[in-house]
Amino acid sequence: MTLKEIAHRLSLQIRAGETELGREVTGGYASDLLSCVMARARRGNIWVTLQAHPNIVAVAVLLELAGIIITEGVEPEPATLQRAQVEHIPILTTVRTTFTVVSELAQLGVKGVD
Amino acid sequence: MTAETKSAEITKIQELIYELKIEQIMTREVVTVAPENTIAELKTILKTRRISGTPVLQDGKLVGIVSIEDLIGALEVGEKDALVRDRMTRNVQTIYADESVVQAVNKLTQYGFGRLPVVDRQGRLVGILTRGDIVRGLLKQMEVEYHEEEIHRYRASHIFEDIVSDQTGLVLRYRVKAKDFTHGGEASSKVKRALERLGAQPPLVRRVAIATYEAETNLIIHADNGGEIIVEIMPEQIRVIALDNGPGIPDIEQALQPGFSTAPDWIRELGFGAGMGLNNIQACADKMNLSSKVGVGTRLEILFHLK
Repeated sequence: MTLKEIAHRLSLQIRAGETELGREVTGGYASDLLSCVMARARRGNIWVTLQAHPNIVAVAVLLELAGIIITEGVEPEPATLQRAQVEHIPILTTVRTTFTVVSELAQLGVKGVD
Repeated sequence: MTAETKSAEITKIQELIYELKIEQIMTREVVTVAPENTIAELKTILKTRRISGTPVLQDGKLVGIVSIEDLIGALEVGEKDALVRDRMTRNVQTIYADESVVQAVNKLTQYGFGRLPVVDRQGRLVGILTRGDIVRGLLKQMEVEYHEEEIHRYRASHIFEDIVSDQTGLVLRYRVKAKDFTHGGEASSKVKRALERLGAQPPLVRRVAIATYEAETNLIIHADNGGEIIVEIMPEQIRVIALDNGPGIPDIEQALQPGFSTAPDWIRELGFGAGMGLNNIQACADKMNLSSKVGVGTRLEILFHLK
């Protein structure tokens, strides 16, 4: 499943990295603690979080994540979007909660890392 | 080609059309005709040179442009002896050699032209730009950029073979500012890129990147004056050292407990300071040494064996 399909099926707003939406998503991970993400998320995963500061982009770059979904209508900081654009990290947003997003991802067949 | 890959390429091209100058991609040897040439002569020139239009020059000055459409128009009414001057377009749209390619793209689209004469700032004809030149120029530039990255990678990956010593090493140093979360992760991202260029295996790159990120984040959160990340890359091992000059860790054993954190609430709200950084480093490293003195500073050493 590509990011583009996920963005479409979950009606996510595409806020950065629109050129990279063809990426294949290898699985998913959800947490707001960056060290947990660093420890557990895998390459090509989609990351679901409430965090919206620029450091999430660094995390995604280092782990080579497919992209980031920011939930509950949290507005990404301009610096986050700018950095995501430069680093080619897709940022997708939604007003729905992390739980809802993750359950919908699961229905699409996106699996957790464990 | 899927819609996604198409849009990725379009964006790269969008970047390039702003970067590239017209003089980099234009055709410099311009075939021209004179106003006194006949339509029959024009036909021969277009045919033998395999072009679809040409600027019209009089005494070295650009006075018009004539295309294959003008030629067809003349031939249709049997005017093969008519002169170019009577069939050419006089009001010529030109473009400056030092303008970006995007200016040419806009002009070609706006007027529906197939070509634009290129002039210097003194108004002298220095070249011609067709849609074909733009496509060729962009493709060539994309290839050049791809090739340059390949060369970077090749050179970097051979550094340890090319330079002979009893112990060759590469030292990378990064300054990390205190409480600067905005730039957090930049040092580790640069370390990651360096290792990729050096040809390190992806699983190793990932371990070093994660450990360096956690060390960098610790400096940002805890060190009074920020600190320094030093990465020593050698054929047999990689050593990452994070140094700072305070405040120091009072109880190292406690600091190593998973979940133990001294980070203030505002930092935790950003998702940092979960008390897992050092554990993540330990999990990634082959060896980790942490030494600290309150009021003096902390030194964290992370080792990765390569053989």
